[in-house]
Amino acid sequence: MKIVVCIKQVPDTKGGVKFNPDGTLDRAAMLTIMNPDDKAGLEAALRLKEQYGAEVTVLTMGLPKADEVLREAMAMGADRGILVTDRVLGGADTWATSTTIAGAIRNLEYDLIITGRQAIDGDTAQVGPQIAEHLKLPVISYAQDIKVEGDYVIVQRQYEDRYHELKAKMPCLITALSELNEPRYMTPGGIFDSYDKEVTVWGRADLKDVDDSDLGLKGSPTKIAKASDKVRKGAGEKVVLDTDESVAYLIGKFKEKHII
Amino acid sequence: MDFSLDKKHEMARSLFREFAENEVKPLAQEVDETEEFPMETVKKMQKLGFMGIPVPKEYGGQGCDPLTYVMCVEELSKVCATTGVIVSAHTSLCIDPIMTYGTEEQKQKYVKPLASGEKLGAFALTEPGAGTDAQGAQTKAVLDGDEWVLNGSKCFITNGKVADVYIVIAITSVTTDKRGRKKKNFSAFIVDKGAPGFSFGTKEKKMGIRGSSTYELIFEDCRIPKENLLGPEGKGFPIAMHTLDGGRIGIASQALGIAEGALDRAVAYTKERKQFGRSIAQQQNTQFKLADMAARIEAAQLLVYKAAMAKATQRVYSVEAAKAKLFAAETAMAVTTEVVQLFGGYGYIREYDVERMMRDAKITEIYEGTSEVQRMVISGALLK
Repeated sequence: MKIVVCIKQVPDTKGGVKFNPDGTLDRAAMLTIMNPDDKAGLEAALRLKEQYGAEVTVLTMGLPKADEVLREAMAMGADRGILVTDRVLGGADTWATSTTIAGAIRNLEYDLIITGRQAIDGDTAQVGPQIAEHLKLPVISYAQDIKVEGDYVIVQRQYEDRYHELKAKMPCLITALSELNEPRYMTPGGIFDSYDKEVTVWGRADLKDVDDSDLGLKGSPTKIAKASDKVRKGAGEKVVLDTDESVAYLIGKFKEKHII
Repeated sequence: MDFSLDKKHEMARSLFREFAENEVKPLAQEVDETEEFPMETVKKMQKLGFMGIPVPKEYGGQGCDPLTYVMCVEELSKVCATTGVIVSAHTSLCIDPIMTYGTEEQKQKYVKPLASGEKLGAFALTEPGAGTDAQGAQTKAVLDGDEWVLNGSKCFITNGKVADVYIVIAITSVTTDKRGRKKKNFSAFIVDKGAPGFSFGTKEKKMGIRGSSTYELIFEDCRIPKENLLGPEGKGFPIAMHTLDGGRIGIASQALGIAEGALDRAVAYTKERKQFGRSIAQQQNTQFKLADMAARIEAAQLLVYKAAMAKATQRVYSVEAAKAKLFAAETAMAVTTEVVQLFGGYGYIREYDVERMMRDAKITEIYEGTSEVQRMVISGALLK
């Protein structure tokens, strides 16, 4: 079995979030981690590898620095890493991203594609299903359990207070929830081995069957009006007045702030 | 000269840190209180290869280098010095001498299960009457046919009762020099747990590193196979001293980790703790103390990493190891004492980790050679 796992290097929100002037994330300035849902997807693939035998390829699109997240995946047990990076791919929204990743995956043989449900920096949950759409594959999202039976996958899809059990013929795509499993740690030897291996680097020219008009910022129908970190509220103001005075005071404040 | 870590070492550090935070830190206080050996943690470390980090893959290890191993002990000790010393004694004092002096058969038989973590190792040199003066040891080994017969006892042995494999140093002959002075000749042996005549004495109740298993070992006509002699007969003393050089780097890393852990807690606490209407971190007295500790810790780290690199590249690294151990241990003691002071009364009670850290720090100035021994090694090299 051949499994492709799509992973993303995301800002570690514990270290604070920084933005570029255009409202996009300043990824270079932030500490990064492997997106938690993607890590669960990778763990699921590694368990399938242990159970049934599989070759696990991890693929990411990002800055050259995203090489690190591929090494991390290889240190956990992935066999091979592919980094899709090119200036023309920068600023991509979910449409341009899924187009790019699908264009990269068209070069690969696969039975199963696993992505995380969503990335903690965008929270769209769109890229996985869009990749399936581009590649004309069945998709099962929100997987909380994955089993393989012959050419089929049997997946529990989380749904509010219950789950649906779905069966799909491979090749297909599954999006994983972080609740799917407890991802393993890397091993020290795995880390050293991962740095002895080559990571395959692909650019625009390596993408198959994609139009330039669907790539990067130019190919992104989504425009970000504004993005910001959560702003902490100030300490506030405390006043002690009787009821009538309080009402008058509040109305005055609302008018001052153009709320009424 | 580049003082930055490369990416694979950075990634290894993040692994050790994550493991220590998630798996070790939550148990540290309980391990100290109950004085119970953290076997579950050791099993987890075994699974991840932490018990054989610098050992080549063909002998069951991870194929990394001494620096990676040092960072593992450092990160573990930041949250739990007991866990740090378990890895250090096992790796530096038991695996390392077998890797350095063992025959191929001994490496196959002993290093493989030790490096994979299937078995745990210990080292036994100290005796009730022989600490810094290791020559004062009394334990003897006599060859009887195809077996060595050991008699005597060893004390303060880390991983004492929980280990499966022990490196034991014993007298195998006494010679007289030209001036009529008697000299004991030592040899090193590999002893398996369960060898006939090998038993355990009392468990030591300690000030710090209370979860580590510290026992007396007793040998009463203990018989081990002839082939368990490690290295040449009569070379046990240099083998022990060379082993301790490596061990000192491990303990220096433990001390470094304790100091770093204490400083981390001091930074967090002094920002929160308010006195006279502002945080104590806003007081210049606190700021200067934090600055002094940070500078001293970084100096210790550079010495420890330098010693680890020396072990990777040099045949002899006694002085580097002694400087690292001396400075890191005294840094750990000074920093933890200062941090307890910054915590005030809260530093003196067990609810906060720094009380434990101060107790744990003290042993790093004593075992694997006291600070005085390190000064002897360093000055001996200067005055040679």
